[in-house]
Amino acid sequence: MQNLIALFVSFFKVGILTFGGGYAMLPMLQREVVERRSWITEEEILDCYAIGQCTPGVIAVNTATFVGFRQGGLWGAVAATLGVISPSLLIITALAGVIRRFSHLPLVQHAFAGIRVAVCVLVGQAVVRLWRKGVKGAQGIALCVAALVLSALFGVSAVWIVAGALVIGLALAWKEARK
Amino acid sequence: MTYLLLFWEFFKTGLLSVGGGLATLPFLYDMAERYDWFTTEELANMLAVSESTPGPIGVNMATYAGIQAAGIPGGIVATLALVLPSLIIMLLIVKVMARFRENRIVNCVMGVLRPASVGLICAAAITVVKVALLHSGVSGFAAIKWPAIVLGIALLLINLKWKKLHPVVLVAIGAAAGMVLGL
Repeated sequence: MQNLIALFVSFFKVGILTFGGGYAMLPMLQREVVERRSWITEEEILDCYAIGQCTPGVIAVNTATFVGFRQGGLWGAVAATLGVISPSLLIITALAGVIRRFSHLPLVQHAFAGIRVAVCVLVGQAVVRLWRKGVKGAQGIALCVAALVLSALFGVSAVWIVAGALVIGLALAWKEARK
Repeated sequence: MTYLLLFWEFFKTGLLSVGGGLATLPFLYDMAERYDWFTTEELANMLAVSESTPGPIGVNMATYAGIQAAGIPGGIVATLALVLPSLIIMLLIVKVMARFRENRIVNCVMGVLRPASVGLICAAAITVVKVALLHSGVSGFAAIKWPAIVLGIALLLINLKWKKLHPVVLVAIGAAAGMVLGL
């Protein structure tokens, strides 16, 4: 039980100190989980990130599940995951109410118009980073553009595009295996 | 019924969004179009709040979207539904971890899935840009919000100059400029 509480508290800390998720979480994880608790090693965290990058879902949750499972089995995984998502639940719930109450004020609307521009810049830069890391070679560019066009111009649902990519990937793997 | 629908939609999102945080964005735009839970404009605001508050973006967005759709219980349902697939898949993978990275089938599938996911995020990003920089319902040059474009370029330059700048700082500058300029 103490173990589960420790997992929850540690990952709660990681969640509350992380802005933006993904790689922004790495330094917090290193400090809390590797240095302070020595639950896992630095290399294992990177492994975890590699898996998080190519498995579905939020990377923070993947990492929490991994560490939690190592330390306390199934319930450890659940405790760590609940820990990492609790700050979001609390903070966003509190903010959503406040924002809804004041969102009709002109000043708040102007502020949000400006904030949306800032978000544009942040998202744009994130996309450039993702492009550099995830899109490689002619095949990568073709796939990326195809997904972009299908989604932006033809309004195809993201669900179908991911499912299609999965099928193509499996087909390629099958072809590779037959060689 | 809304709760079940929320659970299903966010479970799907958690299962199909590959590559972390922003990968959930295309799925949220899908939801904005299909349900009356939130508009694309609200989604842009939600993204701003999620970027500038603690916690992983994907989780913040799910909580916020759930609250918009069905109040606080909705926020809890959406968040749990989003993380459930990760939890299950991760538990399965932990057992075969050592072999996972070298597995050729996995590599092949990921080689296709990753660029497609970037394409999807690009499409969602276009919507973010449109909401921020264009007037809705107007076409041609008249639609362009020039002050917003100038602000965008200024913020981009600031962010390129000081690379380690925290997103929350950029969001704060955006908010202040928005109020001053009356965007």
